Amino acid sequence: MSTQQNTIHLSIGGMSCAGCVAAVEQALQQAPGVEHASVNFAEHTADVQGDVQADTLVKAVEAAGYEAAELQGTEEEAEEKEAAELAHYRELLKKTVVAAVVGTPLLLMSVSDNMPELSGAGRWFWLVTGLITLAVMRYTGGGFFTGAWKSFRNHNANMDTLIALGTGAAWLFSMLITLVPALVPEQARHVYFDAALIIIALINFGSALEMRARGKTSEAIKRLIGLQPKTARVVRNGQEQDVPIEQVGLDETLRVRPGEKIAVDGEIIEGHSSIDEAMLTGEPLPVEKQVGDEVAAGTMNKSGTFLYRATRIGKDTALARIIQMVRQAQNAKPAIGRLADRIAGVFVPTVLIIAVITFVIWFNFGPDPKISYMLVATMTVLIIACPCALGLATPISIMVGVGKAAEYGVLIRNGEALQRAGQLTAVVLDKTGTVTEGRPAVTELITTDGDEAQLLQLAASLEAGSEHPLAEAIVSAARERNLHLASAQNFNAITGHGVEGDVAGSRVLLGNKKLLHDHGIEISAHEARARELADRGGTPMFVAADGRYLGIVAVADKIKEDSRAAIDRLHQNGLKVVMITGDNRVTAEAVASQVGIDEVMAEVLPQDKADKVAELQRRGEVVAMVGDGINDAPALARADVGFAIGSGTDVAIESADITLMRGSLHGVADAISISNATVRNIKQNLLGAFVYNSLGIPIAAGILFPFTGLLLNPMIAGAAMAMSSVTVVSNANRLRWFKPERAAA
Amino acid sequence: MSVMINLLGLLLIGFIVWWFWLARSGEAKTVTNTVDVIVADGVYSPAAIEVKQGETVKLNFIRRDASPCAEKVIFADLGVSAELPINQTRQVEITPQQRGEFEFTCQMGMYRGKLIVK
Repeated sequence: MSTQQNTIHLSIGGMSCAGCVAAVEQALQQAPGVEHASVNFAEHTADVQGDVQADTLVKAVEAAGYEAAELQGTEEEAEEKEAAELAHYRELLKKTVVAAVVGTPLLLMSVSDNMPELSGAGRWFWLVTGLITLAVMRYTGGGFFTGAWKSFRNHNANMDTLIALGTGAAWLFSMLITLVPALVPEQARHVYFDAALIIIALINFGSALEMRARGKTSEAIKRLIGLQPKTARVVRNGQEQDVPIEQVGLDETLRVRPGEKIAVDGEIIEGHSSIDEAMLTGEPLPVEKQVGDEVAAGTMNKSGTFLYRATRIGKDTALARIIQMVRQAQNAKPAIGRLADRIAGVFVPTVLIIAVITFVIWFNFGPDPKISYMLVATMTVLIIACPCALGLATPISIMVGVGKAAEYGVLIRNGEALQRAGQLTAVVLDKTGTVTEGRPAVTELITTDGDEAQLLQLAASLEAGSEHPLAEAIVSAARERNLHLASAQNFNAITGHGVEGDVAGSRVLLGNKKLLHDHGIEISAHEARARELADRGGTPMFVAADGRYLGIVAVADKIKEDSRAAIDRLHQNGLKVVMITGDNRVTAEAVASQVGIDEVMAEVLPQDKADKVAELQRRGEVVAMVGDGINDAPALARADVGFAIGSGTDVAIESADITLMRGSLHGVADAISISNATVRNIKQNLLGAFVYNSLGIPIAAGILFPFTGLLLNPMIAGAAMAMSSVTVVSNANRLRWFKPERAAA
Repeated sequence: MSVMINLLGLLLIGFIVWWFWLARSGEAKTVTNTVDVIVADGVYSPAAIEVKQGETVKLNFIRRDASPCAEKVIFADLGVSAELPINQTRQVEITPQQRGEFEFTCQMGMYRGKLIVK
């Protein structure tokens, strides 16, 4: 057993002096498996050799009090891959040409009936031809034979087995009758060197075409990788300098000018700008960013110049993680593909058995010269069978579909989600932040005594410590009015009802009707106003101090501009749209009626959301839950497909099956459309592959011969086989042109 | 002669069934820490890897086959997958929690190997 020598490049953060170098080096050296570690202070990087994982090294550095991240040139890797693929493609074409150049004259002789006799000088001609054929087969098709032999030893059989047996049998038979023509009757003395060569040429050509087509399936990944700038402008010792992206360290300061791409993830520390994040999130409008806001690698700075501090580099940036996620998902296999896998697993041995049966049947029932028919039919069966089309059908569509989704800011985590998204019957939308902006603001203050400032001040003081979005709206409204906030004691949040606490000696209550009712406080004076506010979709919050009712703080959360249009699209897809919220029924209904929701589940406590999803499932619905992914985690996990929405460039949402990087509900409709299209594409591919094989193999075996006298030429079988996988890949490539429908605005 | 050919056919079918399906449990390579898995000529070598339950193994996949078939390795039941760059080592770390046999394949299921967890 050998140990693997790896070199891992790390970026090191937090090294303030040359003395730190020794500490980091020591930490790295002591990590298990490390043979050599060297730290470059100027570049803030480290190179480590040994049998060790990058994660282990990162932890070791962090344990020593510094920061580290693995540097990996995804672009370099992609370029290398492309170069290797191009070389392989050329090699395949070269082999195609060589096999065709030798095979075609032989084929022409055969079809024009100008083949030398297998006697006298003719035999010498065929002997030499046979040896040349062998040499050409070795060069152009040697891989099939090595592959066939190696898999055979492993009790496995694959496409190589079929091609090697088919072409090998053709050569062996031809060589045998060249050497000993008396073995077979006169009319069966026909050589098949041309068939062996042409089949190999066709299959190599098919592989080359398939490779070309495959290159396009990873276009989405290439586009994402291309977003990563190669250099960054860092500020070191007060000097700005352009450095390769691999040399940017954590916590370094970088400058971005208008029209430039952001190099690594970071936080703005000086200046402001509007940033186009469309390439990452699909959000068409540029986003305003200022000091303290996060910026993501690969996005485009539009107008301003700013300085930012690198917070995530290398493999850790949002862009790198998106690429990683898309790659992972592209390898996923939904249940629909598992069946094809199982069939592929037994396919080749089954074809071998069919080939033997074909051989025996032609022997028993075939016309003379039997041996020719036996050989041709058996060879054709082996060559026409295409396990590749079957095996390719699912993964190739998934590759394109998942990539397409990423283009629209939809990150699909696994194959199951992709398949189920096409089977949904109901979509549950969380109200706040999903249907609405999720940034509520105070819209009105209604008092019993006219003292608006006091009402707001009490409410804001009580809520100052709370992180509830409604609380933040109240606090920021108070700040805008320059109200002094007192500190609240004995603060208590009553989930689903409101909050209570002591402010400046008074016991203050803030919450819904129920909360005040429960405390026996009369609010009848404002009940009509409250209903009116709620009818418009606002949230009236009642305030009382020491048992005395003071008034209403009305907070409203604006409905997102495109929610209505997106929900219309969901309806067009035949989905039932349900809204779930902790808000009171009146507020919820008001929002629901404005956007066209079918069913409202109001006043649902956060912990009950998952139960509501389960309730819908019991009614026979296949349910999607759309939420922010943090508060809704149990409901997202419970749903058949969980969507986390509007997380911007934060892609690390574990509870969601599908992450929408843009805040719009259109993402849900897009995801469903793309999933439907992908699953449809997979089905077409599988059906095509099944039909091809289940028609092709019997015809090759000669099932039509007794009725029509038709027996396929093995070279036609070679062409059919070569084209079948190309067809599957090309069909999957059609998905690249897929555009989700948009409801008329 | 005719009986012989028929018998030969029958024997051949019997051999295919036995060799590819019944006798598949070829010798597995027992692995405790790290193993190099060569990806070439349509097979993983070794194709059967035996590991202990709960123990982490590092599989160093080294891909020599330039055809795109070989570019991914997928442990479908374990939810693990990796892209394999040509002529480079890509390490896949696995800590199997359950006993049993887990197949690993290329994307199309032509390359096949199995992880036997004991």
